[in-house]
Amino acid sequence: MTQAAAPTATRPASTSPHRRNVSSRERWASVRTYVSAAVIVIWCLLPAYWMVLTAFREVAFTYDTAFWPTHVTLDNFRTAFATDTGNNLSLALFNSLIIGASVTLIALVVGVFAAYALSRIDFPFKFIILGFILGASMFPGVALITPLFQLFTDIGWIGTYQALIIPNISFVLPLTVYTLTAFFREMPWELEEAARIDGCTQGQAFRKVIMPLAAPAVFTTAILAFISSWNEFLIASQLSNDSTQPVTVAIASFTGSQPQQEPYTAVMAAGTIVTIPLVILVLILQKRIVEGLTAGAVK
Amino acid sequence: MATRLAVPSRKGKKSGQKPPLESADRKAATQNKWASILIAPTLILLGVVIVYPIISGIFMSFQSDAGLDPETGLFADGGFAGISNYTGWIMQQCPAVGGGTVDCPPGTLGSQFWSATSNTFFFAAVTVVLETIIGFWMALIMARSFRGRGLVRAAVLVPWAIPTAVTAKLWFFIFAFQGIANELFNTTILWTGSEWPAKWAIIIADVWKTTPFMALLILAGLQMIPGDVYEAAKVDGASTWQRFRHITLPLVKPALMVAILFRVLDALRMYDLPAILTGGANNTSTLSILVVDQIRQGFNSAAALSTITFLIIFLVAFIFVRFLGANVSEGSGVIKKAKTK
Repeated sequence: MTQAAAPTATRPASTSPHRRNVSSRERWASVRTYVSAAVIVIWCLLPAYWMVLTAFREVAFTYDTAFWPTHVTLDNFRTAFATDTGNNLSLALFNSLIIGASVTLIALVVGVFAAYALSRIDFPFKFIILGFILGASMFPGVALITPLFQLFTDIGWIGTYQALIIPNISFVLPLTVYTLTAFFREMPWELEEAARIDGCTQGQAFRKVIMPLAAPAVFTTAILAFISSWNEFLIASQLSNDSTQPVTVAIASFTGSQPQQEPYTAVMAAGTIVTIPLVILVLILQKRIVEGLTAGAVK
Repeated sequence: MATRLAVPSRKGKKSGQKPPLESADRKAATQNKWASILIAPTLILLGVVIVYPIISGIFMSFQSDAGLDPETGLFADGGFAGISNYTGWIMQQCPAVGGGTVDCPPGTLGSQFWSATSNTFFFAAVTVVLETIIGFWMALIMARSFRGRGLVRAAVLVPWAIPTAVTAKLWFFIFAFQGIANELFNTTILWTGSEWPAKWAIIIADVWKTTPFMALLILAGLQMIPGDVYEAAKVDGASTWQRFRHITLPLVKPALMVAILFRVLDALRMYDLPAILTGGANNTSTLSILVVDQIRQGFNSAAALSTITFLIIFLVAFIFVRFLGANVSEGSGVIKKAKTK
């Protein structure tokens, strides 16, 4: 475990005169831990809380500074989904879903084989291929945008779904491969052999032993892939049009009823809609998500 | 850790069976065939979506953009440009009306190369330093065992899960003139309206959004350190600071350097936050923003700039891996295990 787990777990056998001193120091350390923990939680949650709070506030009270719900209304959500000001949040959500689902599906179907090979089979150049895939995931999207913009202009693909799906594969596929590779490495593959010895056919061993074991890893990777596609902004902002733009682009260009006025409350409502399902999903799968996030890097 | 130790290594299995040499060779050949069949789709797809655009971009960067031909006065295709697109950016030279080049007038994209480059490095340096320090601190807290630790670990995932575009809009609202930031600090700063407040707004938003990622990577590194090392150090009378300095830091260093490398490369391509918060105004433009702005004014020149950006990022990654000990193959278990197998 870690150094800080130590103080409470094992107290060095000290003589009694020192003991009170140590325990008061321990109490002080524990108070500091709780204060620090509180600071972290507030720092991480307060801005997000502010977004949700503002989303439920009447437009006239946009700049209300109360830290609790005041002037509560659902109007902002209506404005966010209304189409008369040129915003089309429902279409944008649909687009993001289409793009995210397609990218995730392609990356998983292709990546799962590569990850299996990389984690289970010895072959030459494995190290170089892994390095290439890891490097590809850090590749700057801006280096792709210019050639792709010209190519897609030439073949009339600007504003099509495929023009938004293909570039996203460039960073989602490497992420998928190295996350899955890390997960697959940790799997007890010898169970497959054990099942065969116990009389399973290869198909049964795969279906009854490997699939249930691999499913959580594949599912977590799918979530991570979907999130990274869902959050993409740079490429989508250049290659989409009004009818294919994903939520990130839609929210960035949200317009209100007053042309000169930033529709903060409606933007916060839209942001809340885009964020809350994601946050809930991430919190439910917290342990696996963190595992997946760090798997490629430090495990 | 435990599972990995329990799994018998592939080599162990092979030597246990002691197959005849020929059969082992044939087995290796079959395995290689299978491996290439399984990996081919990934490599082909990455070739299409990454390698092809890079090569095409490099090719484009040596063509000149279509424009008015100074001699005929007609709109003409550019043709081969040599390295003039590159020198144009680096020397900040723009095509002159009568042919040749002049210094780019202030305000044009051509005059922003060096300021965008220095902004990019400034943002990368400041955000990564802050994120490393705060992330390390967060990781140390989260590594302690206390009631409510689960809540803290869940809370740090929230900023990470919010899309950057939404984060930018959220902080844009927080930093609005009548917004909560000015209210809380009792200031009247036009945050996104002048250079330094805008830069700090971008930095604060970025630190909020990505420190959790850093903290989680460092936490994963911390959890790899066996507890008895600390026990032993404590018995030997090492102070908290000594334990941190001589145990935590060296042992977490490989994971830390990989995390920093990831973040630096990510920060060097920063686009979403400044693009939405300031649109690159008030000298907050980054290289990515400059490329995107240039695309609609000329593909080929933009291709030269994106190639420069790519080379800069590549160079930084190289320096990190080569000189600063960000040993990806050591820090990153995926590769390490592949290597030792």
